[in-house]
Amino acid sequence: MRRLFASTAVAAALAVAPLAAKAADDFTLTIKDHKFSPTELKVPANKRVTITVVNADPTPEEFESSELKVEKIIAGNSKAVIRIGPLKPGRYGFFGEFHEDTAKGVVIAE
Amino acid sequence: MLGALVIVFREVLEAGLIIGIVMAATRGVVGRGRWVAIGVAAGILGAAIVAAFAGVIADAFEGIGQELFNALVLGAAVVMLMWHNAWMARHGREIAMEMRQIGTAVSEGSKSLTALAVVVGLAVLREGSEVVLFLYGIFTQGTSGLSLLSGGALGILAGAAFTGLTYAGLLAIPQRYIFAVTSWLIALLAAGMAAQSAQFLYAAGIIDRLGETVWDTSWLLTEKSLFGQLMHTLVGYVARPTALQLVAYIGALLVMFVLMRIARYRPAARPVEA
Repeated sequence: MRRLFASTAVAAALAVAPLAAKAADDFTLTIKDHKFSPTELKVPANKRVTITVVNADPTPEEFESSELKVEKIIAGNSKAVIRIGPLKPGRYGFFGEFHEDTAKGVVIAE
Repeated sequence: MLGALVIVFREVLEAGLIIGIVMAATRGVVGRGRWVAIGVAAGILGAAIVAAFAGVIADAFEGIGQELFNALVLGAAVVMLMWHNAWMARHGREIAMEMRQIGTAVSEGSKSLTALAVVVGLAVLREGSEVVLFLYGIFTQGTSGLSLLSGGALGILAGAAFTGLTYAGLLAIPQRYIFAVTSWLIALLAAGMAAQSAQFLYAAGIIDRLGETVWDTSWLLTEKSLFGQLMHTLVGYVARPTALQLVAYIGALLVMFVLMRIARYRPAARPVEA
Protein backbone atom coordinates (compact mmCIF):
# COMPACT_ATOMS: atom_id res chain seq x y z
CA MET A 1 0.00 0.00 0.00
CA ARG A 2 2.77 2.38 0.91
CA ARG A 3 4.52 1.60 -2.31
CA LEU A 4 1.30 2.40 -4.15
CA PHE A 5 1.13 5.74 -2.39
CA ALA A 6 4.73 6.47 -3.23
CA SER A 7 4.30 5.66 -6.87
CA THR A 8 1.08 7.67 -7.02
CA ALA A 9 2.92 10.62 -5.55
CA VAL A 10 5.71 10.26 -8.10
CA ALA A 11 3.20 9.97 -10.92
CA ALA A 12 1.37 13.05 -9.66
CA ALA A 13 4.64 14.96 -9.44
CA LEU A 14 5.52 13.95 -12.99
CA ALA A 15 2.11 14.97 -14.20
CA VAL A 16 2.26 18.33 -12.46
CA ALA A 17 5.83 19.16 -13.47
CA PRO A 18 5.10 19.84 -17.15
CA LEU A 19 2.09 21.93 -16.23
CA ALA A 20 4.20 24.10 -13.95
CA ALA A 21 6.82 24.45 -16.67
CA LYS A 22 4.12 25.35 -19.16
CA ALA A 23 2.79 28.15 -17.01
CA ALA A 24 6.26 29.72 -16.84
CA ASP A 25 6.49 29.86 -20.64
CA ASP A 26 3.03 31.20 -21.23
CA PHE A 27 2.74 34.54 -22.98
CA THR A 28 -0.14 36.70 -24.08
CA LEU A 29 -0.69 38.79 -27.19
CA THR A 30 -3.71 40.98 -27.66
CA ILE A 31 -5.29 42.08 -30.91
CA LYS A 32 -7.13 45.39 -30.65
CA ASP A 33 -8.12 47.65 -33.54
CA HIS A 34 -6.30 45.18 -35.79
CA LYS A 35 -2.99 45.75 -34.04
CA PHE A 36 -0.97 43.41 -31.87
CA SER A 37 0.21 44.39 -28.45
CA PRO A 38 2.93 43.97 -27.56
CA THR A 39 4.37 44.21 -31.06
CA GLU A 40 7.59 42.64 -29.81
CA LEU A 41 7.35 39.56 -27.67
CA LYS A 42 10.46 38.15 -26.02
CA VAL A 43 10.41 34.41 -25.45
CA PRO A 44 13.05 31.94 -24.32
CA ALA A 45 14.94 30.20 -27.12
CA ASN A 46 15.20 26.44 -27.58
CA LYS A 47 12.00 25.48 -25.83
CA ARG A 48 8.31 25.13 -26.43
CA VAL A 49 6.41 28.31 -25.69
CA THR A 50 2.68 28.87 -25.42
CA ILE A 51 1.14 32.14 -26.52
CA THR A 52 -2.45 33.00 -25.77
CA VAL A 53 -3.71 35.33 -28.46
CA VAL A 54 -6.66 37.42 -27.33
CA ASN A 55 -8.71 38.90 -30.12
CA ALA A 56 -10.46 41.91 -28.61
CA ASP A 57 -11.84 42.95 -31.98
CA PRO A 58 -15.31 41.84 -33.04
CA THR A 59 -13.97 40.50 -36.35
CA PRO A 60 -12.03 37.29 -36.93
CA GLU A 61 -8.30 37.38 -37.46
CA GLU A 62 -5.82 34.84 -38.70
CA PHE A 63 -2.57 34.69 -36.80
CA GLU A 64 -0.06 33.68 -39.39
CA SER A 65 3.65 33.18 -39.51
CA SER A 66 5.51 30.81 -41.75
CA GLU A 67 8.58 31.59 -39.67
CA LEU A 68 6.87 30.34 -36.52
CA LYS A 69 4.89 27.72 -38.47
CA VAL A 70 1.58 28.95 -37.16
CA GLU A 71 -1.65 29.45 -39.03
CA LYS A 72 -4.60 29.92 -36.76
CA ILE A 73 -7.92 31.67 -37.06
CA ILE A 74 -9.14 33.47 -33.97
CA ALA A 75 -12.82 34.34 -33.96
CA GLY A 76 -13.91 37.83 -32.95
CA ASN A 77 -14.00 38.53 -29.20
CA SER A 78 -12.33 35.27 -28.30
CA LYS A 79 -8.93 33.84 -27.70
CA ALA A 80 -6.79 31.01 -28.92
CA VAL A 81 -3.68 29.25 -27.74
CA ILE A 82 -0.76 28.69 -30.07
CA ARG A 83 2.36 26.67 -29.40
CA ILE A 84 5.65 27.63 -30.95
CA GLY A 85 9.26 26.54 -30.82
CA PRO A 86 11.75 25.31 -29.96
CA LEU A 87 13.18 28.41 -31.64
CA LYS A 88 16.80 29.25 -32.30
CA PRO A 89 17.69 32.74 -31.04
CA GLY A 90 16.49 35.29 -33.53
CA ARG A 91 13.57 37.37 -34.73
CA TYR A 92 10.44 35.78 -36.10
CA GLY A 93 7.82 37.93 -37.77
CA PHE A 94 4.12 37.26 -37.51
CA PHE A 95 1.06 39.05 -38.82
CA GLY A 96 -2.70 39.04 -38.86
CA GLU A 97 -3.49 37.88 -42.34
CA PHE A 98 -6.85 39.60 -42.48
CA HIS A 99 -5.37 43.01 -41.61
CA GLU A 100 -1.82 42.77 -42.74
CA ASP A 101 -1.23 46.53 -43.05
CA THR A 102 -1.64 47.10 -39.33
CA ALA A 103 -1.49 43.74 -37.59
CA LYS A 104 2.21 42.97 -37.45
CA GLY A 105 4.60 41.87 -34.78
CA VAL A 106 7.74 39.97 -34.04
CA VAL A 107 8.71 37.22 -31.64
CA ILE A 108 12.23 37.56 -30.33
CA ALA A 109 13.74 34.33 -29.10
CA GLU A 110 16.74 34.73 -26.80
CA MET B 1 -9.45 46.83 -52.11
CA LEU B 2 -6.00 45.70 -53.17
CA GLY B 3 -5.50 44.04 -49.80
CA ALA B 4 -8.69 42.03 -50.18
CA LEU B 5 -7.74 41.10 -53.73
CA VAL B 6 -4.34 39.81 -52.63
CA ILE B 7 -5.65 37.78 -49.69
CA VAL B 8 -8.50 36.19 -51.58
CA PHE B 9 -6.24 35.55 -54.55
CA ARG B 10 -3.72 33.76 -52.31
CA GLU B 11 -6.33 31.45 -50.84
CA VAL B 12 -8.04 30.75 -54.16
CA LEU B 13 -4.65 30.15 -55.75
CA GLU B 14 -3.88 27.22 -53.44
CA ALA B 15 -7.16 25.48 -54.13
CA GLY B 16 -6.92 26.49 -57.80
CA LEU B 17 -3.55 24.84 -58.31
CA ILE B 18 -4.93 21.62 -56.91
CA ILE B 19 -7.99 21.82 -59.16
CA GLY B 20 -5.73 22.49 -62.15
CA ILE B 21 -3.67 19.39 -61.41
CA VAL B 22 -6.79 17.28 -60.88
CA MET B 23 -8.24 18.46 -64.18
CA ALA B 24 -5.03 17.60 -65.98
CA ALA B 25 -4.74 14.23 -64.25
CA THR B 26 -8.24 13.28 -65.37
CA ARG B 27 -7.88 14.56 -68.89
CA GLY B 28 -10.10 12.60 -71.22
CA VAL B 29 -12.15 10.91 -68.54
CA VAL B 30 -15.93 11.05 -68.90
CA GLY B 31 -17.76 13.11 -66.31
CA ARG B 32 -14.71 14.75 -64.76
CA GLY B 33 -16.12 18.25 -65.15
CA ARG B 34 -19.17 17.24 -63.21
CA TRP B 35 -17.15 15.59 -60.44
CA VAL B 36 -14.81 18.53 -60.07
CA ALA B 37 -17.80 20.89 -60.01
CA ILE B 38 -19.43 18.78 -57.30
CA GLY B 39 -16.15 18.90 -55.36
CA VAL B 40 -15.95 22.68 -55.65
CA ALA B 41 -19.62 23.16 -54.71
CA ALA B 42 -19.36 20.83 -51.72
CA GLY B 43 -16.15 22.59 -50.71
CA ILE B 44 -17.77 26.02 -50.81
CA LEU B 45 -20.75 24.79 -48.81
CA GLY B 46 -18.38 23.14 -46.33
CA ALA B 47 -16.28 26.31 -46.15
CA ALA B 48 -19.34 28.36 -45.18
CA ILE B 49 -20.25 25.84 -42.49
CA VAL B 50 -16.69 25.68 -41.15
CA ALA B 51 -16.51 29.48 -41.11
CA ALA B 52 -19.82 29.72 -39.27
CA PHE B 53 -18.57 27.29 -36.61
CA ALA B 54 -14.98 28.56 -36.55
CA GLY B 55 -15.27 29.52 -32.90
CA VAL B 56 -16.77 26.17 -31.92
CA ILE B 57 -14.11 24.24 -33.85
CA ALA B 58 -11.31 26.32 -32.33
CA ASP B 59 -12.56 25.74 -28.78
CA ALA B 60 -13.11 22.02 -29.26
CA PHE B 61 -10.72 19.52 -27.67
CA GLU B 62 -9.37 22.05 -25.20
CA GLY B 63 -8.44 24.62 -27.79
CA ILE B 64 -6.70 22.39 -30.32
CA GLY B 65 -9.81 21.73 -32.43
CA GLN B 66 -8.67 23.88 -35.32
CA GLU B 67 -5.27 22.20 -35.54
CA LEU B 68 -6.88 18.77 -35.37
CA PHE B 69 -9.41 19.73 -38.01
CA ASN B 70 -6.71 20.98 -40.39
CA ALA B 71 -4.55 17.93 -39.76
CA LEU B 72 -7.49 15.63 -40.49
CA VAL B 73 -8.58 17.47 -43.64
CA LEU B 74 -5.03 17.40 -44.99
CA GLY B 75 -4.58 13.78 -43.94
CA ALA B 76 -7.77 12.76 -45.73
CA ALA B 77 -6.61 14.56 -48.88
CA VAL B 78 -3.28 12.72 -48.70
CA VAL B 79 -5.06 9.36 -48.48
CA MET B 80 -7.26 10.21 -51.46
CA LEU B 81 -4.28 11.33 -53.54
CA MET B 82 -2.43 8.12 -52.68
CA TRP B 83 -5.44 6.09 -53.64
CA HIS B 84 -5.72 7.92 -56.95
CA ASN B 85 -2.07 7.40 -57.81
CA ALA B 86 -2.25 3.71 -56.91
CA TRP B 87 -5.36 3.38 -59.03
CA MET B 88 -3.72 5.14 -61.95
CA ALA B 89 -0.64 2.98 -61.61
CA ARG B 90 -2.90 0.00 -62.19
CA HIS B 91 -5.20 1.38 -64.87
CA GLY B 92 -3.37 4.35 -66.37
CA ARG B 93 -1.83 2.35 -69.17
CA GLU B 94 -5.16 0.95 -70.31
CA ILE B 95 -6.78 4.35 -70.15
CA ALA B 96 -4.01 5.92 -72.18
CA MET B 97 -4.23 3.11 -74.70
CA GLU B 98 -7.98 3.32 -74.99
CA MET B 99 -7.77 7.08 -75.43
CA ARG B 100 -5.28 6.68 -78.23
CA GLN B 101 -7.39 4.06 -79.91
CA ILE B 102 -10.76 5.72 -79.86
CA GLY B 103 -9.42 9.22 -79.60
CA THR B 104 -12.19 10.33 -77.28
CA ALA B 105 -13.05 10.39 -73.65
CA VAL B 106 -13.14 7.12 -71.74
CA SER B 107 -15.32 6.07 -68.86
CA GLU B 108 -12.67 3.92 -67.17
CA GLY B 109 -11.24 6.58 -64.91
CA SER B 110 -14.50 7.51 -63.30
CA LYS B 111 -13.75 5.48 -60.17
CA SER B 112 -10.76 7.50 -59.18
CA LEU B 113 -12.71 10.65 -59.96
CA THR B 114 -14.57 10.27 -56.70
CA ALA B 115 -11.31 10.37 -54.76
CA LEU B 116 -10.12 13.42 -56.65
CA ALA B 117 -13.47 15.16 -56.22
CA VAL B 118 -13.00 14.70 -52.48
CA VAL B 119 -9.50 16.20 -52.73
CA VAL B 120 -10.91 19.20 -54.61
CA GLY B 121 -13.69 19.55 -52.03
CA LEU B 122 -11.23 19.45 -49.12
CA ALA B 123 -8.91 21.98 -50.74
CA VAL B 124 -11.77 24.39 -51.39
CA LEU B 125 -13.09 23.79 -47.86
CA ARG B 126 -9.79 24.67 -46.21
CA GLU B 127 -8.92 27.73 -48.25
CA GLY B 128 -12.52 28.79 -48.73
CA SER B 129 -13.31 28.96 -45.02
CA GLU B 130 -10.57 31.54 -44.65
CA VAL B 131 -11.98 33.57 -47.51
CA VAL B 132 -15.46 33.41 -45.98
CA LEU B 133 -14.19 34.55 -42.58
CA PHE B 134 -12.21 37.33 -44.13
CA LEU B 135 -15.14 38.57 -46.19
CA TYR B 136 -17.42 38.23 -43.16
CA GLY B 137 -15.04 40.48 -41.25
CA ILE B 138 -15.29 43.06 -44.01
CA PHE B 139 -19.06 42.96 -43.91
CA THR B 140 -19.29 43.51 -40.16
CA GLN B 141 -16.77 46.33 -40.29
CA GLY B 142 -19.01 48.12 -42.72
CA THR B 143 -16.47 50.67 -43.83
CA SER B 144 -15.83 50.71 -47.54
CA GLY B 145 -17.30 47.23 -47.68
CA LEU B 146 -18.15 47.49 -51.33
CA SER B 147 -14.65 48.25 -52.51
CA LEU B 148 -13.24 45.45 -50.37
CA LEU B 149 -15.87 43.09 -51.61
CA SER B 150 -15.14 43.92 -55.22
CA GLY B 151 -11.49 43.33 -54.38
CA GLY B 152 -12.50 39.92 -53.06
CA ALA B 153 -14.46 39.15 -56.21
CA LEU B 154 -11.51 40.18 -58.37
CA GLY B 155 -9.28 37.99 -56.21
CA ILE B 156 -11.52 35.00 -56.87
CA LEU B 157 -11.47 35.76 -60.61
CA ALA B 158 -7.69 36.12 -60.61
CA GLY B 159 -7.35 32.85 -58.74
CA ALA B 160 -9.71 31.13 -61.18
CA ALA B 161 -7.68 32.51 -64.08
CA PHE B 162 -4.58 31.04 -62.51
CA THR B 163 -6.31 27.68 -62.24
CA GLY B 164 -7.00 27.90 -65.97
CA LEU B 165 -3.36 28.75 -66.63
CA THR B 166 -2.14 25.79 -64.59
CA TYR B 167 -4.46 23.52 -66.49
CA ALA B 168 -3.49 24.95 -69.87
CA GLY B 169 0.17 24.62 -68.97
CA LEU B 170 -0.24 20.99 -68.02
CA LEU B 171 -2.25 20.31 -71.17
CA ALA B 172 0.72 21.44 -73.23
CA ILE B 173 2.45 18.28 -72.04
CA PRO B 174 2.21 15.58 -74.71
CA GLN B 175 -0.52 13.05 -74.05
CA ARG B 176 1.79 10.12 -73.47
CA TYR B 177 3.66 11.86 -70.68
CA ILE B 178 0.69 13.41 -68.98
CA PHE B 179 -0.07 10.54 -66.60
CA ALA B 180 3.57 10.26 -65.56
CA VAL B 181 3.79 14.01 -64.98
CA THR B 182 0.53 14.27 -63.09
CA SER B 183 1.44 11.22 -60.98
CA TRP B 184 4.61 13.01 -59.92
CA LEU B 185 2.76 16.24 -59.27
CA ILE B 186 0.19 14.42 -57.17
CA ALA B 187 2.89 12.54 -55.24
CA LEU B 188 4.70 15.79 -54.37
CA LEU B 189 1.42 17.53 -53.60
CA ALA B 190 0.48 14.74 -51.21
CA ALA B 191 3.92 14.76 -49.56
CA GLY B 192 3.66 18.51 -48.97
CA MET B 193 0.20 18.06 -47.47
CA ALA B 194 1.45 15.24 -45.23
CA ALA B 195 4.18 17.54 -43.92
CA GLN B 196 1.62 20.28 -43.27
CA SER B 197 -0.68 17.84 -41.55
CA ALA B 198 2.13 16.63 -39.29
CA GLN B 199 2.99 20.23 -38.44
CA PHE B 200 -0.60 20.86 -37.36
CA LEU B 201 -0.41 17.82 -35.08
CA TYR B 202 2.79 19.27 -33.67
CA ALA B 203 1.14 22.65 -33.17
CA ALA B 204 -1.65 20.86 -31.33
CA GLY B 205 0.90 19.19 -29.07
CA ILE B 206 -0.18 15.70 -30.13
CA ILE B 207 3.27 15.11 -31.59
CA ASP B 208 5.94 16.65 -29.40
CA ARG B 209 9.11 15.45 -31.00
CA LEU B 210 11.27 16.38 -33.99
CA GLY B 211 10.25 20.04 -33.74
CA GLU B 212 13.72 21.43 -34.34
CA THR B 213 14.38 23.33 -37.55
CA VAL B 214 16.70 21.44 -39.86
CA TRP B 215 17.71 24.12 -42.35
CA ASP B 216 16.83 27.65 -43.35
CA THR B 217 16.54 28.74 -46.96
CA SER B 218 14.46 31.84 -46.27
CA TRP B 219 17.33 33.94 -47.66
CA LEU B 220 16.66 32.25 -50.99
CA LEU B 221 12.89 31.95 -51.07
CA THR B 222 10.20 32.70 -48.51
CA GLU B 223 6.77 31.13 -48.56
CA LYS B 224 5.26 34.61 -48.53
CA SER B 225 6.47 35.49 -52.01
CA LEU B 226 4.24 34.42 -54.86
CA PHE B 227 6.75 31.95 -56.23
CA GLY B 228 7.41 30.63 -52.74
CA GLN B 229 3.72 30.11 -52.20
CA LEU B 230 3.42 28.31 -55.52
CA MET B 231 6.26 26.03 -54.55
CA HIS B 232 4.74 25.54 -51.12
CA THR B 233 1.44 24.37 -52.57
CA LEU B 234 2.86 22.35 -55.43
CA VAL B 235 5.82 20.55 -53.91
CA GLY B 236 5.48 21.44 -50.23
CA TYR B 237 8.37 23.93 -50.15
CA VAL B 238 9.08 25.14 -46.62
CA ALA B 239 11.89 27.62 -45.96
CA ARG B 240 12.53 26.31 -42.43
CA PRO B 241 11.45 22.69 -42.32
CA THR B 242 11.41 20.82 -39.03
CA ALA B 243 12.67 17.28 -38.72
CA LEU B 244 9.04 16.23 -38.34
CA GLN B 245 8.05 17.84 -41.64
CA LEU B 246 10.92 16.10 -43.42
CA VAL B 247 9.99 12.74 -41.93
CA ALA B 248 6.33 13.19 -42.95
CA TYR B 249 7.30 14.37 -46.43
CA ILE B 250 9.70 11.55 -47.20
CA GLY B 251 7.46 9.02 -45.45
CA ALA B 252 4.46 10.01 -47.59
CA LEU B 253 6.52 9.74 -50.78
CA LEU B 254 7.75 6.29 -49.78
CA VAL B 255 4.26 5.05 -48.93
CA MET B 256 3.00 6.45 -52.23
CA PHE B 257 5.65 4.66 -54.26
CA VAL B 258 5.19 1.38 -52.44
CA LEU B 259 1.43 1.57 -53.02
CA MET B 260 1.94 2.35 -56.69
CA ARG B 261 4.36 -0.55 -56.99
CA ILE B 262 1.89 -2.94 -55.37
CA ALA B 263 -0.93 -1.65 -57.54
CA ARG B 264 1.08 -2.04 -60.70
CA TYR B 265 2.01 -5.62 -59.89
CA ARG B 266 -0.19 -8.19 -61.57
CA PRO B 267 0.44 -11.86 -61.15
CA ALA B 268 0.56 -13.72 -64.46
CA ALA B 269 0.41 -10.48 -66.34
CA ARG B 270 1.52 -10.12 -69.90
CA PRO B 271 5.18 -9.22 -70.27
CA VAL B 272 5.77 -5.68 -69.20
CA GLU B 273 7.84 -3.55 -71.44
CA ALA B 274 8.00 0.16 -71.86
